[in-house]
Amino acid sequence: MSPVIQVEGLRKHYGTVRAVEDVSFDVQQGEIFGLIGPNGAGKTTTLECVEGLRTPDAGRIRLLGLDPVRDADALQPRVGVQLQESHLQKRITVWEAVDLWSSLYHRPVDGTRLLEQLGLQDKRGAWFMTLSGGQKQRLFIALALIHDPEILFLDELTTGLDPQARRAIWDLVRGIRQRGKTVVLTTHLMEEAERLCDRVAIVDHGRVIDIGTPESLVRRHCPERAVMITTDDTRAAALLAACGSVSHVDAGVRTVSVRGSGDHLLDDVLLCLSVNSVHVTGVQSQSATLEDVFLRLTGQSIRN
Amino acid sequence: MLRGLFKLTWLETKIFLREPLGVLGTVGVPILMFLILQRLGRAAPRGGAPSLFGRDLPIFAAIMVAVSAVVSLVAIIAIYREGGILKRLRATPLRPVTILLAHVLVKLGFTGLSLAVLVLLGARATGPEPTGHLASFAVALLFTTLCLLSIGFIIASVVPTARFAQPLATIVVYAMLGLSGLFVPLERLPGALQVVGRLLPMSHAVSLLRGIWRGEGWLAHAPEVAILAVMFLAATAISARVFRWE
Repeated sequence: MSPVIQVEGLRKHYGTVRAVEDVSFDVQQGEIFGLIGPNGAGKTTTLECVEGLRTPDAGRIRLLGLDPVRDADALQPRVGVQLQESHLQKRITVWEAVDLWSSLYHRPVDGTRLLEQLGLQDKRGAWFMTLSGGQKQRLFIALALIHDPEILFLDELTTGLDPQARRAIWDLVRGIRQRGKTVVLTTHLMEEAERLCDRVAIVDHGRVIDIGTPESLVRRHCPERAVMITTDDTRAAALLAACGSVSHVDAGVRTVSVRGSGDHLLDDVLLCLSVNSVHVTGVQSQSATLEDVFLRLTGQSIRN
Repeated sequence: MLRGLFKLTWLETKIFLREPLGVLGTVGVPILMFLILQRLGRAAPRGGAPSLFGRDLPIFAAIMVAVSAVVSLVAIIAIYREGGILKRLRATPLRPVTILLAHVLVKLGFTGLSLAVLVLLGARATGPEPTGHLASFAVALLFTTLCLLSIGFIIASVVPTARFAQPLATIVVYAMLGLSGLFVPLERLPGALQVVGRLLPMSHAVSLLRGIWRGEGWLAHAPEVAILAVMFLAATAISARVFRWE
């Protein structure tokens, strides 16, 4: 199956600002693909080039086999867009916005049902300015979905939302994928990328550093795991130090933490403890996260 | 081509009416000014009042209607751009020209409405009667407003933030007003200012409106119409080049 989005060697500069230097990636149909990286990494510019809102300086973009800028008219009915930090008229009502958007497309979905699905049915008559952050984002998702697009672009969807609203939106996006749609999103929240995205591209300073599933990226770049064992057995530290996959042991009061790499670390540790009849009262296993991967690849934390 | 124009125009009209201060500023202020000046004019001894309070009052009121439409348009476009509303609208099948045209139509609509109110008030107060045809005058005013709006678009294009847009638009249009021949006849201004005045659309707008109000035919004022039309086209072309959506 050919990818629904192909980006090759994308470059976009604004004067002396090199927003996007060299970005390439493919997106398959039906997946949630994430562009992740810190603010200013070039995620939004990349997305806006793919959406056809900006003309790249160099590179080739195919969206559903078409050119986003040249074939904008043909693509508009097939693509839904949610922009970062977007607003509507302060005093436009939720329903007026949905109604206006509906009138712009040939085959809109039922706006009333869409608002119900997004939990906005009680806000039909409310002015945009009176909506909460989460409600505004849900309205923008509704507007992006009004024409039942094949591909949905979501730019920093949950920025500024509280954790509860964020989770609700994640569920929504998963539901959209279940209906066979392709979703491309940007986020600077590694937790969001890990929980939501099938594949991610790590972007920094306008370049893609690596692409893969969150798990494969973690395994590739941060294969270490840590296991914390709570036990009263004083032999534990010495026994574990001799254990196969373990590379490092830290003995504390009633706890031993070991580090090592490989898929078998946990198996080896548990086997070692059980063979030697070490009585264990607690085991905690930690693997690295995308956050760690990002830190390792770019040498900086994503939060700065 | 202009899909959504009617709907967007109607929607923007409703949204505009939902902000009482904006309506008061755009529609109310010119009318209020008209009433105050009219009263002052009547209080003055016969023949002693400046022409602005008497003969030129309808022209002045009409121009004020156009001016507030321009200031209001510039403010709205600046706010829409700063808030990312223009960008969001542009990411739909709406044509950019449709979005801007809808706002121009809303402004022209309120210009027509203000004019109608002024005419009613003028008639009630038995103010100066028009010798020309009112419909002709309305057309002249809408045409003038359109030309001034196109210049408003240039201002809206170059102003970075909404906070500066309204003050700048106000300064520009009032400066044009000062050199329009409405307050001081152009011939009485220093030479340089006369030239500037003639280069600005406002002097031609005033001359056109004055003429039509007096009942002089459109043919007699063809030069003004032509100049305003050229200025409109030039300003539209310039804004099309320099207009920024975000």
